[in-house]
Amino acid sequence: MNTATQTPALAVSDLHAWYGESHVLQGVDFQVRTGEVVTLLGRNGAGRTTTLRALLGLTGRRSGSIRLFGQEATGLSTHRIARLGIGYCPEERGIFASLSCQENLLLPPLFKGTEAGLSLDEIYRLFPNLKERKHSPGTALSGGEQQMLALARILRTGARLLLLDEISEGLAPVIVDTLGQAIHELRKRGYTILLVEQNFRFSAALSDRLLFMESGRIIDTLTPDQLDDNADKVARMLSV
Amino acid sequence: MDIFGVPVQALMAQLMIGLVNGCFYAVLSLGLAVIFGMLHVINFTHGAMFMLGALLSWAGLYYFELNYWVMLFLAPLVVGIFGIMLERLFLKRIYKLDYLYGLLLTLGLTLIIEGAVRSAYGVSGKPYGPAPISGVTDLGFLMIPNYRLWVIVASLLVCAATWYTIERTRLGAYLRAATENPKLVEAFGINVPVLVSLTFGFGVALAAFAGVLAAPIMQVSALTGQTMIVIVFAVVVIGGMGSIAGTVVTGIGLGLVEALTKVYYPEASSMVMFLVMVLVLLVRPNGLFGGVE
Amino acid sequence: MTSVRFNTVRLLCYGALLAALVVAPWVGLYPVLGTKILCYALFACAFHLLLGYTGLASLGHAAFLGVGGYVAGYGIKAWSLSPELALLAGLSVGALMGLVMGYVSIRRSGIYFTMITLALAQLVYFLCVQIPQTGGEDGLQGIDRGMLFGVINLHNDRIMYYTTLTIGVAAFLFIARVVRSPFGQALTAIKDNEPRAVSLGYHPDRYKLLVFTLSAALTGLAGALKAIGLGFVTLSDVHWMTSGHALLMTLVGGLGTLSGPVVGAVVLVTLENKIGELGALLAGVTGIGWFATLGESVMMIMGIVFVICVLAFRRGIMGEFDALRHRIHIHTPAPETQS
Repeated sequence: MNTATQTPALAVSDLHAWYGESHVLQGVDFQVRTGEVVTLLGRNGAGRTTTLRALLGLTGRRSGSIRLFGQEATGLSTHRIARLGIGYCPEERGIFASLSCQENLLLPPLFKGTEAGLSLDEIYRLFPNLKERKHSPGTALSGGEQQMLALARILRTGARLLLLDEISEGLAPVIVDTLGQAIHELRKRGYTILLVEQNFRFSAALSDRLLFMESGRIIDTLTPDQLDDNADKVARMLSV
Repeated sequence: MDIFGVPVQALMAQLMIGLVNGCFYAVLSLGLAVIFGMLHVINFTHGAMFMLGALLSWAGLYYFELNYWVMLFLAPLVVGIFGIMLERLFLKRIYKLDYLYGLLLTLGLTLIIEGAVRSAYGVSGKPYGPAPISGVTDLGFLMIPNYRLWVIVASLLVCAATWYTIERTRLGAYLRAATENPKLVEAFGINVPVLVSLTFGFGVALAAFAGVLAAPIMQVSALTGQTMIVIVFAVVVIGGMGSIAGTVVTGIGLGLVEALTKVYYPEASSMVMFLVMVLVLLVRPNGLFGGVE
Repeated sequence: MTSVRFNTVRLLCYGALLAALVVAPWVGLYPVLGTKILCYALFACAFHLLLGYTGLASLGHAAFLGVGGYVAGYGIKAWSLSPELALLAGLSVGALMGLVMGYVSIRRSGIYFTMITLALAQLVYFLCVQIPQTGGEDGLQGIDRGMLFGVINLHNDRIMYYTTLTIGVAAFLFIARVVRSPFGQALTAIKDNEPRAVSLGYHPDRYKLLVFTLSAALTGLAGALKAIGLGFVTLSDVHWMTSGHALLMTLVGGLGTLSGPVVGAVVLVTLENKIGELGALLAGVTGIGWFATLGESVMMIMGIVFVICVLAFRRGIMGEFDALRHRIHIHTPAPETQS
């Protein structure tokens, strides 16, 4: 499955990105193989969220190369990039207030020509709360439920590369566990996942690799089993 | 029987006219609200689009012998396409700017459209000819011309259909979501720019539809749009743009208020709408059905 | 702190503009047309005081212009008011109306504000149609210019022009003073970041209302001047399209610049007056007959100018001029004023 010759799900090369005049990403290079789970770690302002947004074309000017499933994406508009098979869970969760929970869940359109995503039943099995709150307005849900909804809705579409931004932020440990189990389940099914996280323990348990960012660049890569030997370095890179 | 000195028959007749006018106000302000929700631009051309709908239905009849029923479908379609062209060519460029430029641009476009029509056809209205539905229905307390009954029914149907589409269908869900967070909706793979263009086209098509309905009973001229747009603005300020039902109710309500004023205090009838607006602003600044800003 | 050189250039430009206006009647400008231009320039400046410094676009200002004119005209015709009293009346009525209309409109901001001012102007329009004192569809005609302060004979077109110029310059200086004062700076702070201004203790609505009233007062004055200078007031003066004219003048002249409205007024009034001749000229040169009808299509042309300005010429004439000056200023090494 994970042969060296297989096209990576995501290949980023010398990516620069700007918000207006602000040069936020200053040459980001990394790859994510199909089926891998990779986490971007770093201090606030390092450029982790911006990296995810840049992949989708949601920042200002960009330069460099982004290849999604082998296809060059830097010239494409956002909705075309998404249709390459990307599922995006933004930091703010982005639950629509004028839609019910079910409408939020069913909103993202199914991608044609890919393997079908999770069925509605499978999703409700993973996240039973969402079934109970089907008809509530999206923003009437609790923070944890909204996060589950944000994740659930992109699982239905057939997206194979998931971009998840701070999904554990501000949530109770019980809910974080549920999310962790869901990610674990997705990983078993062969999803490729790129996480942005603050919760070190959460990401270490789930990821194949951990990429450390600083000042708009990736400065180090570690696997989970290398963490203990490099505890000092890690502490420095993540210190507030 | 007299109500405050006015015979019931006369009062009912005037109220019926008020209801018909109210239906026009409702359809127009609905289109305006839908456009504003998605584009965050106040479409000054809305009155001109109404005028174009009426003009096209006259032109269809006069030049091509296309009857009313064909034009009822064709005129909104043509105006809708025209609207989409305007959106792609002009409006798209000002979304990132201050709201003022959207106002200025649509005001400029209005002047061009109305000026062109005025150059071509002068300032007086074009008489459409006899209404396509003749006869009267006797409701007991009122004799209502069948055409006006049709106008009321058609307007309410269109408003209901719009409400249903926006609140109960998938497309409507896309629209509501894109109004809230267009970038995220795009990140789900939905072509939001196309959705925006279509919304604008739909909004102005609604205005044109009202125009076709109005043609047989209103002397629509190049400048009718100017008078209409100010009224529609007042309706939208009074009602707030928080809900479709609210906008429709406000439009119809104001048509009725206008009619009542015409019966009991005719000198004030053209002004009463704006006086109501002042009152509402002093008491409920966000409008009667206004959502949170 | 701009360099001394920058300010000198600006002063020279104003001086040149003023000199041109003073000399104009002697080099071919019809004084009455000149008076008309000046009145609209004052109108545009008053309008811009509101738009440029609070960001509030009022489509209701025609109400102040027209009613200011009606009050002045009626005062002269029915009560034999002397011109200075008529002007004062126009200014005061403008201020009063501004206070009332402003109070209602400022409750909302942005686009709602504009819609409300439009509707209120329509209200005033309908009132003016009905009230007999305005002369209805015919308007007020034959307004006598009278003797200013009992000694200056305004019947002479040139004297009327220079009187208008004096009043206009005085008003312009007043506006400049207001803009540069602490009050003006507070306005800029409110416009740039209202929540922050509130947290600093400002009451934005009071400031906005005051500016609105000032703007309305000066517009009333412009209307009164126009009534006296041109001798008539009609319903089109209170129609909201006239507010649109002022908006276009400020846009063409340059939003946010002090002299922009004046330049815009000069350009647009001249254009409107000469459009017929321009059309004939273009028809002659290109051989396209349609150009000859340009005179009838003022509305369409205004619309085209609007669209072009919004899409391609947003800074307006003085805005582009300032940008150009700024570029030159940056590229020329400044003398040793950098301390």
